[in-house]
Amino acid sequence: MSRMLAAALLVALAAAGAAAASEEHPTLPELERELICPTCHESLAVSNSPIADRMRSFIRARIAAGDTKSEIKDQLVDQFGESVLAAPPRRGFNLLAWLLPLVGVAAGAVVLGVLARRWSRTRSGPIPVDPSGNGRAGLDPELERRLDEELARFDA
Amino acid sequence: MARRVKIALQAAAVLVVALLVGLLAWQVVRTDQGRALDSEVKSGQKPQAPVFQLDQLEGSGQVSLADLRGKAVVVNFWASWCAPCKDEAATLEDAWQRWRGRDVVVLGVDLQDFSTDARRFVARYDVSYPILRDKHNWSWGRYGLSGLPETWFVDRQGRLVGEHVEGPVTAEELDRNIRIALGTAS
Repeated sequence: MSRMLAAALLVALAAAGAAAASEEHPTLPELERELICPTCHESLAVSNSPIADRMRSFIRARIAAGDTKSEIKDQLVDQFGESVLAAPPRRGFNLLAWLLPLVGVAAGAVVLGVLARRWSRTRSGPIPVDPSGNGRAGLDPELERRLDEELARFDA
Repeated sequence: MARRVKIALQAAAVLVVALLVGLLAWQVVRTDQGRALDSEVKSGQKPQAPVFQLDQLEGSGQVSLADLRGKAVVVNFWASWCAPCKDEAATLEDAWQRWRGRDVVVLGVDLQDFSTDARRFVARYDVSYPILRDKHNWSWGRYGLSGLPETWFVDRQGRLVGEHVEGPVTAEELDRNIRIALGTAS
């Protein structure tokens, strides 16, 4: 258990280190994936519109000047508004876009859990025993009626 | 009791979905209301021009279209990276110089652009009419824009009149539509 915990901690630390490095020394492809072209509304990574080319040259210049990823994004938001970001910022009304899917998944999990529990209870419940059947499990009367009908039809 | 909880949960789920669908519909209607403007103007109607209040490219002030009631307004949407915008800049400047003393305002609205590039454009093409910055792309959906440049004409009552010019505007189109907006067209 403690080994698993240590491994998880190691993975989390490695991820945090990579994120910090990406924040301090961003690359053009990284930022291209996180930004949207304001003209064609495609990812900057695939857009070839004139403003996308201009944005790429701006990003290259800011990376060369030593700006962090957040600083570059802030400057682009200042020029084009928040719609230039591929993912909405985690604050204010935009927080809903991040929270709602999690709430949906959690609600789905709860519903599935409740249903699974209900189904398993139904299946593991006592099987009705027909007192006239010498201890054998009794059939549902409706099922028994249909079975008799089918057998009669088969015999005929 | 369990049945009541079940009904309450179902009602809550339906309410949440309805709320999200309503939000989506409101956003679509709000941002795309300009699509109908072009056909309305072409059919001779005079719809109210969507009112904006935008920052000036130079200085810290804002300009509101509502404050220009009583004047004819040429609203030209452009960006520095757009090649046809360069072609029409001199034509718009010329119209501004000819009409500016006669209750006419030419407004340039720069959008989808870097402000530094817009300033360079203004200096290079000697633009002296007011330039506004629409950094949130507000006017794109409201005015039903499909590309740049595009020009609309607003009359003294704040209504869209004349032609909706898509592409570089000519001196003839400017003069003809400014007269319509002033109400002096014969």
